[in-house]
Amino acid sequence: MPTAPVKFYQVGSFAAGNRLIDPSLRTVQSELTRSNSLTSGHRACQGCGEALGARYVLDAAMRASGGRLVVVNATGCLEVFSTPYPETSWQVAWLHSLFGNAPAAASGVAAALRSQGRTDIRVLAQGGDGGTVDIGLGALSGMFERNDDVLYVCYDNEAYMNTGVQRSGATPPAARTATTETVGPEPGNVFGQGKNLPRIAMAHGIPYVATATVSEVHDLENKVETAMGIHGARYLHVLVPCPLGWAAPTNQTVHLARLAKETGIFPVLEARDGEVTAVSAIRHQVPVEEYLKLQGRYRHLFRPEPRTEVIARIQAAADANIARYGLVSDDATEPPAGGAP
Amino acid sequence: MNIPFAITLDVGSSLANKTGNWRVERPVYVDRLPACNQACPAGENVQGWLYRAEEGDYEGAWRVLVEENPMPAIMGRVCYKVCETSCNRAQLDEAVGINAVERFLGDEALRRGWPFAPPAKESGKRVLVVGAGPCGLSAAYHLRRLGHTVTIVDSERDAGGMMRSGIPVYRLPRDVLTAEIDRILDLGIELQLGTRVSNVEKARAEGGFDAALVAVGAQLSQRAEIPAGDSARILDALRLLRSVEDAEPLRLGRRVAVYGGGNTALDAARTARRLGATDAVVVYRRTRERMPAHDVELEEALAEGVQVRWLSTVSRADAGTLVLEKMRLDETGFPQPTGEYEELDADSLVLALGQNTDLSLLEDVAGITVDDGVVQVGPDLMTGHPGIFAGGDVVPGERTVTTAVGHGKKAARRIDGWLRGEEWRPAPKHELASFDLLNTWYYSDAPRTVRPQLEPARRRTTFDEVVGGLDETNALFEARRCLSCGNCLECDNCYGVCPDNAVVKLGPGKRYQIDYDYCKGCGMCVAECPCGAITMVPESI
Amino acid sequence: MREQIEGSQAVARAVALCRPQVVCAYPITPQTHIVEALGARVKEGSLAPCQFINVESEFAAMSVSIGASAGGSRAYTATASQGLLFMAEAVYNASGLGLPIVMTVANRAIGAPINIWNDHSDSMALRDAGWVQLFAADNQSAVDLHIQAFRLAEELSVPVMVCVDGFSLTHAVEGIDVPDQESVDSFLPPFVPRQRLDPDEPVTIGAMVGPEAFTEVRYLAHARMRRALDLMPVIAAEFAAAVGRGGGGLVEPYRLEGADLVVVAQGSVIGTLCDAIDELRDEGISVGALAVTVYRPFPVDAVRAALAGARRVVVIDRALATGEGGFLAADVRRAAPAGTPLHGVIAGLGGRPVTRASLRRCLEEASRGLLGELAWLDLDTTLIEKELAGLPGGTDVHAGPHAG
Repeated sequence: MPTAPVKFYQVGSFAAGNRLIDPSLRTVQSELTRSNSLTSGHRACQGCGEALGARYVLDAAMRASGGRLVVVNATGCLEVFSTPYPETSWQVAWLHSLFGNAPAAASGVAAALRSQGRTDIRVLAQGGDGGTVDIGLGALSGMFERNDDVLYVCYDNEAYMNTGVQRSGATPPAARTATTETVGPEPGNVFGQGKNLPRIAMAHGIPYVATATVSEVHDLENKVETAMGIHGARYLHVLVPCPLGWAAPTNQTVHLARLAKETGIFPVLEARDGEVTAVSAIRHQVPVEEYLKLQGRYRHLFRPEPRTEVIARIQAAADANIARYGLVSDDATEPPAGGAP
Repeated sequence: MNIPFAITLDVGSSLANKTGNWRVERPVYVDRLPACNQACPAGENVQGWLYRAEEGDYEGAWRVLVEENPMPAIMGRVCYKVCETSCNRAQLDEAVGINAVERFLGDEALRRGWPFAPPAKESGKRVLVVGAGPCGLSAAYHLRRLGHTVTIVDSERDAGGMMRSGIPVYRLPRDVLTAEIDRILDLGIELQLGTRVSNVEKARAEGGFDAALVAVGAQLSQRAEIPAGDSARILDALRLLRSVEDAEPLRLGRRVAVYGGGNTALDAARTARRLGATDAVVVYRRTRERMPAHDVELEEALAEGVQVRWLSTVSRADAGTLVLEKMRLDETGFPQPTGEYEELDADSLVLALGQNTDLSLLEDVAGITVDDGVVQVGPDLMTGHPGIFAGGDVVPGERTVTTAVGHGKKAARRIDGWLRGEEWRPAPKHELASFDLLNTWYYSDAPRTVRPQLEPARRRTTFDEVVGGLDETNALFEARRCLSCGNCLECDNCYGVCPDNAVVKLGPGKRYQIDYDYCKGCGMCVAECPCGAITMVPESI
Repeated sequence: MREQIEGSQAVARAVALCRPQVVCAYPITPQTHIVEALGARVKEGSLAPCQFINVESEFAAMSVSIGASAGGSRAYTATASQGLLFMAEAVYNASGLGLPIVMTVANRAIGAPINIWNDHSDSMALRDAGWVQLFAADNQSAVDLHIQAFRLAEELSVPVMVCVDGFSLTHAVEGIDVPDQESVDSFLPPFVPRQRLDPDEPVTIGAMVGPEAFTEVRYLAHARMRRALDLMPVIAAEFAAAVGRGGGGLVEPYRLEGADLVVVAQGSVIGTLCDAIDELRDEGISVGALAVTVYRPFPVDAVRAALAGARRVVVIDRALATGEGGFLAADVRRAAPAGTPLHGVIAGLGGRPVTRASLRRCLEEASRGLLGELAWLDLDTTLIEKELAGLPGGTDVHAGPHAG
């Protein structure tokens, strides 16, 4: 996306659109002609972050590819809520095979297109965190290692939501899930190293790895567009809050994603060829407590009495992210979006 | 493609599944009242004209502005900006420089010669306006635009009232004042200067007017009984300011004391500095916090070297010397004498203790009630005498140009309604767009553009305009800092954040609508609307 | 032109003649020689524009094949044993989506205990996964069946597994007639997918189907599979016409005329079996053989017709349904004339040689009515009895009569 020095202090930099700037500088989501790759009538819960994230990503990918896109989807919420016979919400060429094989199936599609000489068509694979960091990790790693021409997008809502909110390898410490109940001396999920898939992806040395959230659509679309401009294996990890699994109000999805970034819990970054090349600075840093207290899955950290030591450990992890990636800096730049009128 | 049954589906078929029936609450677009609009004594649609200005449509912005106030170039110089005091952006970084943009638009209009739109049709009614000050001019403008024939009568040589006689030229250059008055008169308003109305009802009847507005202002200086020696030089502030306006400034000497704490006192002190006084000392009986003068004006005065003796009264004036008594504030905040005295060298003492009205033109009119020096009016600004209205400084309320302009508009609209035989009913107000209804995360952080100011050293000696204007770039920048509180700014956020694609974008200028066939009622559009222009209402089940 | 080559090389050449567009591979013995050969052809460019993908598991091999087939390309892979089981979920998925993938299974035992040698346990484990299963009796048959498999798969939109015995066929060098490209091209037209991922004509492939339509989806798959029984003989005949030899179809009879005893089998054991039958016929024993080529769908009618004159049936299974017996035997039992004695023989598990001598002894016993319902070829009964003695229940486990 081209950048311009003039900033628009009203809403240009962050909202989906802005009537004051050139249409080409607005987000795809602001456009009347966006593809609505995932259209109305799907059965996602109210306020579903994954439905939102998937439309953001696919519409941007459709735009970047000129509509020459095919999509492979892992089993999960996204697949279930979008394709119950006899209705599908997809408006793109779309394939669902299995839970753990979306990256491999996508590799196959890419190979097929290559064999047919139809390399104008781009392949995007997508899945939830379970399909990505757990059951599909082997296939994903293989796809990365072969540098197959696939953009893989993980919509991370930090648990197996489709099956009723069970813990995944992406579930954060202390979070309540149906398999990490809030009972016993250490309620909620255990503290561990977790599975940091963006870093795992970077370790493969693939050309492009990025993280994003549904709270900053300019940033997300820029990353999709950048990724679509590159060939080879690319990985985009999008944080998509889940009102059901996080036990949060349905109107807080975007806000929670924002807080995940602004606390440092979820670093938003870009990496090329295995090295971090850009981070999205925290605009208004907030303590993790602000993020945690909005979510029922962390209720036990505050009631019946506050578990300050647990909150402190989570804060320490956020601080470590901030230090590692330099998320707070004096010359923090705002995402560009403006242009001369 | 002969697609396999059930396993493979035609795209987009889920549109058959109307998820709107999941909903228990529905989002609804609203227009809320921006705090600036609510605060403006002139009733300006501030957010409305900033919205146009943001687009660079300055004429459009100016036309929205003058729907309420015909004198933006004046207002952009003399208004005390309660809009900015209430601006929600102040809670984010700093208030939007509304006044500066207003001045820019006013100046732009004068520069480009944008005329007012003439009335759509003539009503055939005639209205007499007594007083060519801000209230009278504003009323005349609105009445004329409503199609009425208007005559303004004023006892002075020039129109403008206190804007001309009470506001120093370094705050309001006279070419600006004259240009904005002329533009109003160009609508086809008759102005009779140098004419004193002794009885308004008589004047109305003799002139064949259907209604009359009394807007004669408060032109008389408040007197104070100060024991004074024969050679003490005591004069009043209005006279001083008027003398400068008449280009025959009064002689004040090198050391000038000004007695009072209002804006006029500061204007007098600053004028004294410009007339050559080395010492200009304001004597005020309370503290800075309790001073009625506006902070901006005090700051400017102090920057120009004006001094203030706080908690002091003038107990005696002699040639070259004043005796001041020190005061203290009692628990109610009222100043009490302490019995301690000090001297202050002063060649002259300027009294700026407030102004009174001259209501002789109402004395013999039946039904008029005057209380505490002001005319009593109903909420429709009509006096107890049918068809005679009053506004501006002659009625209870704040005595500022802005308030007077607001009164003029209000009176004009009430007179218009009265002439058409309508009973006046207050229009329902929109809910206030308070700060907590905004999602301010979407607004970028930006400092306020500070209007260029003349160097204090220079302005002490000249009557050049102290505060400069914005250039176009800065004005645009400043306008775009507006948060558009409570009014859709077409940022496409609701359209973007709906997980169900249930927000329909209607195109530029047409805003959006909710597709209730699919809206599940999650409320995300409401939570993520930057300006608080959507609300959730319970679904009737 | 007939030449002496290894089975795997012959299969690779047959697959190459079919102009596959995507081949993916994960190494597992004894299938590796096939994909190695194909990999070399892709790398040298002789198979262009075919894509050869080295995947990280059999699960990925089938998944890549699924993607490639859904993407509209002719897709091929090969596996064996544990590999087939590791891809099991994807095997079902390929058939469920109606994707005409062709896969070679170089048949091998399944562990534990781990065993790399030949039997049919792997194919049998997935015999009802919605794939057509073809069993090659020899390497000529392996070559011919692979070529026919693509045609069958693509006409039906059903995936086809070609089962070739590991080592005994894959590693055996025999005289094989590999057809020329022209003949194969005339027999096998370019792949026209029934559905594919295409931005110009987008569809959703792989929807979720609930109780309201799942049965119908399954019925339609069933009906499509059954069509293979009509189609395969036609395809086999067309193949024969194209290459000037061969034939066959669902089953291959051998000396069935007047046979009182009919032996049913599949895979490489057929060759040894035919030799044994020749000897037994010479000795005056009225015996014939029936090779089942199309195992899924099971050609009940063809088998029933072949067994019409039999007085006794022996079924050789190279896999064991543990606790039950033979798979093929269970299928043949449905087709055998009512009242005909049927003996299941478990033979050649984990690569144990099925010798002509053992087969002869077994069939002689059968012809004399001495064989039980379930027999074990060359079972070490001494060892078994000793082991069983140590178990609760002692030797009272019915091991059945055996030819030893």
